[in-house]
Amino acid sequence: MTAAAEKAPPDGTREEVGRARRRKEDARLITGRTQWTDNIQLPGTLHVAFLRSPLAHARIQQVDTAPARGLPGVVAVYSGADFAAEQGSLPCAWPVSDDLVVPDHPPMAVNEVRYVGEAVACVVATDRYKAADALAAIEVDYEPLPAVLDMNEALADGADKVHEAGNKAFTWTFAGGDIDAAFRDAPVVIHRTYVQQRLIPSAMEPRAVVATTDGDTCTLYSATQIPHVLRVMLALTTGIPEHRLRVIAPDVGGGFGSKLQVTAEEVLLLLMTRRLGRPVKWTESRSEGNLTVHHGRDQIQRVKLAADRDGRVRGLSVDLLADMGAYLMLVTPGVPLLGAFMYNGIYKMDAYDFRCTGVFTTKMPTDAYRGAGRPEATYAIERVMDELAAELGIDPIDVRRRNWIAHEEFPYTTIAGLTYDSGHYEAATDRATALFGYADLRAEQARRRQSRDPVQLGIGVSTYTEMCGLAPSRILGSLRYGAGGWEHAEVRMLPTGKVEVVTGSSAHGQGHETAWSQIVADSLGVPFEDVSVLHGDTAVAPKGMDTYGSRSLTIGGMAVLRACEKVKDKARHIAAHLLEASAEDVEYTGGSVRVRGTGAGRTIQENALAVFTAHDLPDGVEPRLDAQATFDPENFSFPHGTHLCAVEVDTETGMSRIRSYVAVDDVGKVVNPLIVEGQVHGGLAQGIGQALFEEAVHDADGNLLTTTLADYLVPSAADLPDFITDRTETPAVSNPLGVKGVGEAGTIASTPAVVNAIVDALRPYGVNDVRMPCSPERVWRALNGGAS
Amino acid sequence: MIPPAFDYVRPASLGQACRALAEAGEDAKVLSGGQSLIPLLRLRLSYPTVLVDIGRLPEPRAIRDEDDHVFIGATATLDEVVRSAVVNAEVPLVALAARTVADPAVRHRGTFGGSLAHADPAGDLPAVALALDCEFVIASARGERTVPAAGFFQDYLETALAPDEILVGVKVPKLGPGWGFHYEKFHRTAQAWAIVGVAAAVRRADGGVAAARVALTNMGATPLRATAVEAALRGVPADADAVAGACAGADAGTSPPADLHARPDYRRHLARVLTRRAVLAAARARP
Repeated sequence: MTAAAEKAPPDGTREEVGRARRRKEDARLITGRTQWTDNIQLPGTLHVAFLRSPLAHARIQQVDTAPARGLPGVVAVYSGADFAAEQGSLPCAWPVSDDLVVPDHPPMAVNEVRYVGEAVACVVATDRYKAADALAAIEVDYEPLPAVLDMNEALADGADKVHEAGNKAFTWTFAGGDIDAAFRDAPVVIHRTYVQQRLIPSAMEPRAVVATTDGDTCTLYSATQIPHVLRVMLALTTGIPEHRLRVIAPDVGGGFGSKLQVTAEEVLLLLMTRRLGRPVKWTESRSEGNLTVHHGRDQIQRVKLAADRDGRVRGLSVDLLADMGAYLMLVTPGVPLLGAFMYNGIYKMDAYDFRCTGVFTTKMPTDAYRGAGRPEATYAIERVMDELAAELGIDPIDVRRRNWIAHEEFPYTTIAGLTYDSGHYEAATDRATALFGYADLRAEQARRRQSRDPVQLGIGVSTYTEMCGLAPSRILGSLRYGAGGWEHAEVRMLPTGKVEVVTGSSAHGQGHETAWSQIVADSLGVPFEDVSVLHGDTAVAPKGMDTYGSRSLTIGGMAVLRACEKVKDKARHIAAHLLEASAEDVEYTGGSVRVRGTGAGRTIQENALAVFTAHDLPDGVEPRLDAQATFDPENFSFPHGTHLCAVEVDTETGMSRIRSYVAVDDVGKVVNPLIVEGQVHGGLAQGIGQALFEEAVHDADGNLLTTTLADYLVPSAADLPDFITDRTETPAVSNPLGVKGVGEAGTIASTPAVVNAIVDALRPYGVNDVRMPCSPERVWRALNGGAS
Repeated sequence: MIPPAFDYVRPASLGQACRALAEAGEDAKVLSGGQSLIPLLRLRLSYPTVLVDIGRLPEPRAIRDEDDHVFIGATATLDEVVRSAVVNAEVPLVALAARTVADPAVRHRGTFGGSLAHADPAGDLPAVALALDCEFVIASARGERTVPAAGFFQDYLETALAPDEILVGVKVPKLGPGWGFHYEKFHRTAQAWAIVGVAAAVRRADGGVAAARVALTNMGATPLRATAVEAALRGVPADADAVAGACAGADAGTSPPADLHARPDYRRHLARVLTRRAVLAAARARP
């Protein structure tokens, strides 16, 4: 329930942008009348099952596939050796530094396995049951090698090696200001170490891949976020010429970064369909996915903050260990760097120093997961700001107020080198504290402390910002990212006056079809219902950079708007001719081109028909009323907000229960409040999931213990409070729509808000940290003097 | 779901089901709501050769008021148990615990008998059956027999059921007037199993505890009766301090497991706290 609930006015009384339109894609998504990848049934399809390593690290002595070959329904059995000549190495598109070690990463292991779950063989059979049955007959001889699981141990002298080149993947540093001066004689210095536990992205739709070929062209259907990037990368990896490779992302059920990947299974299924000449299909089980979908987070953050006694921050030093897992996948080493520019948060400081060491371990590789680097950074700064407040006896909101960038100081170039274009932290915080009833809750907290209530109340605050709208291509280039940050769109007027929009953004739950329709409806002055949006198929939407990093609206939406403007230019030109007026004398308004000062006009639909017949077009004008546009932003966008969380901690059992949660977000101009609301709610659930519930746990041998949703706890609606959400609206000045992006905000903001609240509740007991997830057992141990 | 291959039999009567099970031998499994067995098949942790599906048999689904006890048919769904007027009126502890099991979807499929026959020590209903001294009615081609709860749960996922036997239903004794009930479940998410659970029934008299029945969920390989607590509670005032003192030994004689959510020392602590809470809540509950 939003405090700013939308009242729907009668149709046509206001602009589409800003309207809480129900999502036009939802009927087919919710009823299942759509084509999820696993629904695709191509004639003659064979089914693939993978045999996966049961060991975290081992040399493969021998794989004997022969016993599986004659089994019922089995068509082919392959081991890594069968693909060795053509499978290439899974790509890492973000070589962050000169010293980066990029290990060979065969899609199917040939000589060595380096994490539990790595594919070592596969069966292709007439149905998936027979394929799964036949796996048991494959014999693999492993020579076990030492598992490498702990980052600190991995970096120690004489450590067992994950790769021949050693366990250090890279070092990356950043320095702004004079860090020594900031810490020299600093009256307050706070050291903390925070652990960002390893997370498993849990998209509702598991990964699924179908590959087929007609002998000339290969088509890959995949539950992916990135059909365009995937096509380029698969062409480079497999040698299939790009023009003979089509990638289709049908409707995709969530990704959160986990489907921003070029996966082993995608490569291998392509190779198999080429070899067999038949369609092949694979859909992972949830447990297979927990093992082999790239994991998120997994960092150790050593944070040092220097401040004056009045609470003013002088400097911040961050020394980060980032677990790469066993290999570098698409953007694995870049994830911690996305956080590098955010550790300073919304605060002014004299100096900032960042050092990241990427570490190889024998675990599933990590990569982007909702927020990617920025939740980790925000957690560290927001946690340590609370520690500063506690150290000085200042209210945590006050300590933030003393350090944040005042609204009149924008645009503001931070110590990390980013220029925040806009923001109003005061407004968001004032709104949040009012909705939360901050003073009353503080009074209740004091009463409970006084009476030694076994249920203590904690209040947590998080004033976050994030860099969104990835990204200006030039900046990506300076960070050595392997692609640009632009987005592409095409807008086509059809002869009957309807509109087709082709977008390079690749929706997997975000509601692009609705939001883009709203933008187009306003720009062209056509009905919302008359717009349809095509996406996710490289043959239909040939150009794109896809969807991740809260970039779709800020970049992809802008490309759509630009394409609309080009269409309107064309329409003006054509209509002026038809109206026998000069192009300077006509204007485009309300869906029509009109001659200024007269009533004469042509609707865009009439223009579309005139273009189709082409009976009377100006000389030299092609009979088409469509346009393409590519938008490359000048700057990132910087959503921000203030989140407040009240947690009741049962000091007898250690159980934490969120009593109330207020999220005031400033995502700039809002295109569809309903979609924003949904993104915030989902984001909060995932951020709270990290704070309280979720953790990928390995045993001492490197076996993942959390392979099912019974062990890897993902919160459901029943585990979450009713969120109170609201917005302030400070438009981005870095794009003409004024939008900032909202896909990651809730996840970034909520984790520190929750943990700050738990620690706040426990501070009278001498507790100043609880390791995430703050399970009841960890809280209980923290209360009883043990390590949490 | 990609289970291993199995044969599937759906008998038309309980008698047929018993014969099918007898013929199928040791590697047959009874399928009802499937909420425990299907996940085991999915994960390929169980390889039965035959599934005998009793889920649609009409006979063992009834819930009946039978004088001194309530008979709950084994294939009654958990949701039917939660909503049953006779269960809520006569043996409310069963309904209190059943409504904490998993989520509505699971409770609409999962059966009362299935959750007992599966005998997961983290399941909620076994402790209730133990606390109330339920009688398990068991059928096979060899005939029918009755086993008390104390003899039914034998080890981790092991019961008195022989491979050819089917749990037909459970007789839940009515404890009579003056009893209050509570099931205290401690779990991290709404759908998760209990880290520790406590089933408590308390009979009050003269402001004190006249009698108590307490059983623990997930404090060992089977549900456990907290007999020491029951003895300590007898005759104490029904106030917080006295009850806390009586419950201080709630973990005595248990052997709690270690898993991702709790190590044994923490479970022991929880058992003491939760037993106190369960007993106090039961003592305050309306009879």
